[in-house]
Amino acid sequence: MLSAAVFIALMLVTAAVALSFWRLLCGPSMPDRILALDTLYINTIALLVLLGIHLSSGLYFEVALIIAVMGFVGTVAACKYLLRGDIIE
Amino acid sequence: MLEVFISLLILTGAIFTFIGSLGLVRLKDFYTRIHGPTKATTLGVGSLLIASALYFSYLERSISLHEVLVTLFLFITAPVSAHMLTKAALHLGLQSLARLPEQQVNRQHNEQEAKHDQGD
Amino acid sequence: MHRFFPHPILALILAGIWLLLVNSIHPGQIVLGLLLGWMIPLLTTQFWPEAVRIYKPFHLLHFVGIILIDIIQANFTVARLVLGRPDRLQPAFISMPLILKSDLAISFLANVITLTPGTVSARLSHDRCHLLVHALDVTNTEELANTIKSRYEKPLKEIFEKC
Repeated sequence: MLSAAVFIALMLVTAAVALSFWRLLCGPSMPDRILALDTLYINTIALLVLLGIHLSSGLYFEVALIIAVMGFVGTVAACKYLLRGDIIE
Repeated sequence: MLEVFISLLILTGAIFTFIGSLGLVRLKDFYTRIHGPTKATTLGVGSLLIASALYFSYLERSISLHEVLVTLFLFITAPVSAHMLTKAALHLGLQSLARLPEQQVNRQHNEQEAKHDQGD
Repeated sequence: MHRFFPHPILALILAGIWLLLVNSIHPGQIVLGLLLGWMIPLLTTQFWPEAVRIYKPFHLLHFVGIILIDIIQANFTVARLVLGRPDRLQPAFISMPLILKSDLAISFLANVITLTPGTVSARLSHDRCHLLVHALDVTNTEELANTIKSRYEKPLKEIFEKC
């Protein structure tokens, strides 16, 4: 029961990663790409958590935590660049 | 019984995560697109993490709560990054399906902001 | 007392986060967490110019409960809109006058607006009097602004500001 649920969930989350990757490649503007990257890292956290349940290992939690922290900092830094990069031109 | 509950949490979480990314692809302009990932994906990952916390508590016969930390962190940071992204998009003047808040005021505001930022 | 122990609430939160991070409630870890909760605010005290005052803690708990329910409802709303017909959406920008004054209350309100049904906070005006909100699917903008005001802004004013 649980392994079947994890299997289906892994497929769905992988599809989500593919969709946000598509938006990352063809997003018409910079904020679109940053939003796609933001979604991508949250999806990666989901993927790691599912992998942790699948392999019954607590090791993946630390990876998820680091990705959450670094991803947020990255998104905010990129937005700051967009907000200020226009001024330096 | 607990196994069924964990499986349901995992499935709902995965479905919401998927719907969030689907919104990213299906919706038409940036300002509507931002709604999908910030809401659906955050709750999806949140429920996956709660499922993981329950699973490891059950597996190790002791309470495992550190997944709650990631959930809390995501729930605090998701609105902040959404706000920053919308602000950046407004600053760049991206096309919108909705009428942008008075174009003229917007330009004045940008100039004011430029002065303000230079002043920092 | 105030100089050596500037932010009691922050200290407790930091100790809680430490316990979650090490994932144990061993007495040694509790002592270490409390020590960290005391040290970190002391060393970073210049980044926290004013202490946070919560006037009505029980209202805060009630408010958090309301928000959690709204977040779950928001997800079903957004899921329905995404799976429906995206070309029939009626997005709109709403400029909302604020009655809140303190920084913490305004940032709280902006975060809550982003997490609840169909709205994202977009920009705060420079004089801090107007918050620009983007709504995903709205027909009556007046009604939405009034809902946000009565449901989220009024409780926040009661909690964080002296009336």
